[in-house]
Amino acid sequence: MAESPSHPKRGTPHIEARNLTMAFGSFVLMRDLNFVVRHGDIFIIMGGSGCGKSTLLRHMIGLLEPAAGEILYDGENFTKARPEQREMMLRRFGVLYQSGALWSSMTLAENVGLPLEEFTDLSREDIREVASLKLALVGLKGFEDFYPSQISGGMQKRAGLARAMALDPEVLFFDEPSAGLDPISSRLLDDLILELRDSLGATIVVVTHELASIFTIGNNSVFLDAQSRTMIAHGDPHELLAHCDNPVVHRFLTRGEDGEKVSRPHG
Amino acid sequence: MRPLRSGLESRLEKLCFNLRRMRVFRHPVEPFACRRYGMLTRNAFIAPMATSIHIAAPPGVTLTRSADTLTLHLSGEWSMRHKGAATARTLSSLDAPPKPRRIEFESSDLGEWDTSLLTFFERVLDHCRTRGIEVDRSGLPPGVQRLLELAEAVPEKKDARAAAARESFLTRIGNATIEALRSFDEFLDFFGRVTIAFWRLLRGKARFRTSDLMIEIQDCGANALGIVTLISYLVGIILAFMGAVQLQQFGAQIYVADLVSIGVTRDMGAMMTAIIMAGRTGAAFAAALGTMKVTQEIDALATMGISPLEFLVLPRVLALVLMMPLLCLYSDFVAILGGTTIGVGMLGINFTVFVHEAAYATTMTNVLGGLFKGTVYGALIAIAGCLRGFQCGDSSSAVGDAATQSVVMSVVLIVCACGLFAVIFNILGI
Ligand SMILES: Nc1ncnc2c1ncn2[C@@H]1O[C@H](COP(=O)(O)OP(=O)(O)O)[C@@H](O)[C@H]1O
Ligand SMILES: [Mg+2]
Repeated sequence: MAESPSHPKRGTPHIEARNLTMAFGSFVLMRDLNFVVRHGDIFIIMGGSGCGKSTLLRHMIGLLEPAAGEILYDGENFTKARPEQREMMLRRFGVLYQSGALWSSMTLAENVGLPLEEFTDLSREDIREVASLKLALVGLKGFEDFYPSQISGGMQKRAGLARAMALDPEVLFFDEPSAGLDPISSRLLDDLILELRDSLGATIVVVTHELASIFTIGNNSVFLDAQSRTMIAHGDPHELLAHCDNPVVHRFLTRGEDGEKVSRPHG
Repeated sequence: MRPLRSGLESRLEKLCFNLRRMRVFRHPVEPFACRRYGMLTRNAFIAPMATSIHIAAPPGVTLTRSADTLTLHLSGEWSMRHKGAATARTLSSLDAPPKPRRIEFESSDLGEWDTSLLTFFERVLDHCRTRGIEVDRSGLPPGVQRLLELAEAVPEKKDARAAAARESFLTRIGNATIEALRSFDEFLDFFGRVTIAFWRLLRGKARFRTSDLMIEIQDCGANALGIVTLISYLVGIILAFMGAVQLQQFGAQIYVADLVSIGVTRDMGAMMTAIIMAGRTGAAFAAALGTMKVTQEIDALATMGISPLEFLVLPRVLALVLMMPLLCLYSDFVAILGGTTIGVGMLGINFTVFVHEAAYATTMTNVLGGLFKGTVYGALIAIAGCLRGFQCGDSSSAVGDAATQSVVMSVVLIVCACGLFAVIFNILGI
């Protein structure tokens, strides 16, 4: 991977989880998660269905509060931050939700423009300009005045990405970006993610179980295991494939195609 | 009908032929019976059609005992269309003495079968497991054996079923009470947060789009006029009519004007408007916010550092609080008009006299009191609607529940507030 000199922070720790425990009431979903994401990483959260990948993502963006432990961004404690401080930190995030989650009462341009309207001093024309540009980046030039219900699911997802990028975020979160996309579109999305990392210097966190994506874009990862209720691997997925001797991880990364018959877990 | 049906049949036959080629069905399919096969599509199991020309032998089980082994001879055609009479009979005879130690199956006479046979075996196996009877499965058709293995591959998740266990009557009353108290608690909590958001609004710190406020104002103001007109007019008529029947006995018809104008301005106008708005606008708030919750639009706002409470709830509460007094005033007016219709039309009171009497009875205190009540009801409705929307679960059926619950909660709150106002106004001597 070519190191780009334009992003001096690249490679230094960006996101850190310390002894993170996630629980719903008394039901503990995952405990003792410890991992570090460096600046410029594309960090993959993987694991079987229902093991808590989306939930981990929701903890990382502050939609859920950890039962124990904490999450740090650039050494700054996100979990224990005061509301105003947390709001400042949130503005450096961009999130692409599983279904796009565009605001249905606004046009695409308004969707992308809203964060700009709220957090910058740009004029109305400038905001429109920026919104068009962001939409063009995801291949939606000319769709500015469409409402989300008027475009297809794949386009909604791309528009959601344009909105996530509106404020040039430092961290981008993706929840299953390729779910529901055809192979070509999902490949294009992978390319776009790589491009974003290299051009914006953003750190990217992706929930996915698409092996092709994992190996194309990922250079860091964590593997959540529903059975043991904790993470069982952390590191570059290529290295995990080569060196990780945990059978669960190995089976996952090879689709269970070598070794014994795959037994069905609870799901 | 005849040609259409045979066309359908031939297409189904072709489909079954293709399915058989794809080895979905392993056993031969006789003509016309193909309609009985269901189809597993991406999203649903399309049930087989109910009618069939094919006449089948009913399912049957015969038992033979030898030493401590019980053999179940299966025969006939096992289909979900036949009632499971065989099951109950077999299970009870398993228990009849002498108790067998081992069970075998014999299925050479077995015709076609479907899930009903599997459920039968499931029950027999379950029965044997609890009684420690050994089961020899080798006599089962190979397809059944494989399906049973598949069903047993993952052990039952014990805690998954526990949640569905029935609770006793007292437990349910207790839980419902706790639930009701908690929901009031949540309401107070949400009320507090909305108040803080209002405070921020007054200091110019809260953020929402003026266009959203305008849309809400139009929706819960102007667009509600039609239904408010209709209901208020009818309520005016009903009030006047009920009063008229009684007052006529004393020749005091003229007091119908007092009755209607005082009753409406003091309580009924605000009350009726509030009930209408709870069903119309409160439910709409809950549904709109609930849908936004399901599609993660609310999450998207929150992670962008925009407070959903300010962005979504403030314009709605503000719109309803601003519009309720206007709607109440309008409703008062229309209801008195309704009363006048009865007074003039039925009781034959002179229009001017009636209006004069009504105007004389209407006091500023009553009107303002009514408007104040209406405003409070408006705040309660809007907050209850938004709260239920925010609490909505993650499925589309949860949106419907949220709308229903918001109406129930609003109406309960309105009636409670109305009673409270009656007491307070009485103490204050208003
Ligand atoms: N709000 C919630 N309350 C209780 N349990 C939840 C909630 N959200 C998710 N869960 C549970 O957490 C588990 C993980 O969910 P999720 O993170 O969506 O899985 P995935 O890894 O497929 O993204 C699921 O088994 C689900 O039952
Ligand atoms: Mg998920």
